[in-house]
Amino acid sequence: MELLDFARGTALAIAFAVFVAGTLWRLAGVLLLPRIRDFSPAREGAPPAMLGAVRAVLRRMWPRKEFVQATMFATINSYVFHIGLALVVFGLAPHILFIRNLTGLAWPALPSNLVFGIGVITLAALVGALARRLVHPVLRLLSHTGDYLSWLMTVLPVITGLLATSHLGARYETLLAVHILSVAALLVWFPFGKLMHAVLFAFSRGATGMRFSHRGVNV
Amino acid sequence: MSAVSTARPAHPAYDQQGEQSDETRVDAAMRSFVREFGVTAALHMESCVRCGMCAEACHFYVATGEAKHTPIHKLEPFRRAYLREAGPFAPLVRGLGIVKKLRIDELQKWQELIYDSCTMCGRCTMVCPMGIDIAELVKEARHGMFKAGLVPDRLALMDRAAQKWGSPATPGEDLPDILAEAAKQYGVDIPCDLPQADILVTAAPAELGEHTKALASAAKILKRLGVKWTMHQGGFDASNIGFNNGDLALQERLTRAIIDTALKIGAKTVLLPECGHAYGAARWEAAKWYGKALPVRIVHMTEFLAELIESKRIQVKNVGETVTFHDPCQIVRRGGLQAAPRTVLAALGMDLIEMKDHGVTGYCCGGGGGVVSNVRASPLRHKVFEIKRQQIEATAAKHFVTSCGQCQITFEQGAKFAHWERKTESLLELVADNLVD
Repeated sequence: MELLDFARGTALAIAFAVFVAGTLWRLAGVLLLPRIRDFSPAREGAPPAMLGAVRAVLRRMWPRKEFVQATMFATINSYVFHIGLALVVFGLAPHILFIRNLTGLAWPALPSNLVFGIGVITLAALVGALARRLVHPVLRLLSHTGDYLSWLMTVLPVITGLLATSHLGARYETLLAVHILSVAALLVWFPFGKLMHAVLFAFSRGATGMRFSHRGVNV
Repeated sequence: MSAVSTARPAHPAYDQQGEQSDETRVDAAMRSFVREFGVTAALHMESCVRCGMCAEACHFYVATGEAKHTPIHKLEPFRRAYLREAGPFAPLVRGLGIVKKLRIDELQKWQELIYDSCTMCGRCTMVCPMGIDIAELVKEARHGMFKAGLVPDRLALMDRAAQKWGSPATPGEDLPDILAEAAKQYGVDIPCDLPQADILVTAAPAELGEHTKALASAAKILKRLGVKWTMHQGGFDASNIGFNNGDLALQERLTRAIIDTALKIGAKTVLLPECGHAYGAARWEAAKWYGKALPVRIVHMTEFLAELIESKRIQVKNVGETVTFHDPCQIVRRGGLQAAPRTVLAALGMDLIEMKDHGVTGYCCGGGGGVVSNVRASPLRHKVFEIKRQQIEATAAKHFVTSCGQCQITFEQGAKFAHWERKTESLLELVADNLVD
């Protein structure tokens, strides 16, 4: 029980603090940099900047048809594990209970067997992503330690969650404690690595959307 | 004895200018890199998920299959400068030695990736799921490379000429003679140095040498309008080599030469030549040197022609043959002028057969960003050219037209190398040759 108490208590509290402070620090550190104003006149008929930004955020949800084939594996595999993670995090009854205790918000859970299945598929997609990263010359060249660490921090809660759900390998309380500790590790790492794209993607796409909608280009 | 040779290649793939020490070069590059990080550049440095999709959009990667040509990899020194010196966790990154300081040999090695194998065409920007504008970041990285005296010699040579002459092609004082000769050859008046005019007409370097027909074509069309226009020694070459090389001081000087000349002669419009980078430098970046909207309108030849046709100020004959069009990156993908050339071709009654990749996702000619002038990059450029050649061939169109002189030269050189019998036509010249009397 001691490990579980530590995981649920001190560990999660510290992890949340690092997660929130780190994320805000990184966001502020970027968004407070000087803005380079564009004084060039906009293309006739260009949308307002914010609309250009929102359009780019939405359009980049799926590759342009010219690039679909070449990016097919990464696109579909990424969608599988992103959606999978979201369904597991927000669909499993114990997770909803945890969120309710924290925020008071709750919603109907998905059947636990279904969530387990989704978890397995998610794990498979994450393993696929790693395999590709290790094999593809471009991805090998681009990958730094932080990229592998981001993968590890994402996959550990999935693995430990699956083990805890299936009561495999140790006592349930121990498995649950390890699962919570893996989530704590994910939260601590989040602000420092590329997992931050969960927040940054909208800003990054939006900035390009603003730049090019001003010029009359649909990016 | 090691089986791996440590001997340096006979011809290193980098050039150096100036006599400064290695340390000074690295410091200069770093200082410049760090200065570039405004909100957008920083957001784009922060957001990469290292997915490698940008490789699939890059003609250099597609043509060679070499991982080093992955666009975001070309920014590795820039990324390290950001993380160590400018990012939100920079003190931590430096203190813990997480990202190592840049070394001179790394900058030298990256010169090839930043100058020879990137045309700043921005096709990678179109595929990036995070929307990172990699082409713009490469341009910013070039600023640091220039400060470090680490640009290809050919580009450095052109830079010095432009610093002295206002153009890499010719000194301004030769302009009157060049224009007089072109006027005589083509039988059309080309005004020079008028003290007052409504339109200041500018040129691309090749138009001041081999391709003076472009100047004559513009003159022929402008004559129909009955407007007062002139070219001017004070600002005549709009191609802006500073924009390509990463020489910000030169970019500003060349920009100011044109805008200030326009203001001096009371011109309301600056007409840019059929040149992609001229459009990028003047249409979208010129205002930043003035800190406010410019009092003159900057218009590219292609949109000018489309406007004249749409407003019926000129009429063109029906050519009525098949055509395919190469979209110059800087005026279409990065400039928003996709419709204008198509309007002109439709007015000519031409049946446009689009290439497999066209418009904002069209492949670059392979010569943009100074690559066509950087002779040592020719073998790589010829490989890249093959992608375009195949797409053009596949259309089986009778005419092949573009609206950028730099692209045209790249195609002419590529065709010569590949023994490919295909003429690249200029949209401007096509219009001028088919004006209704």
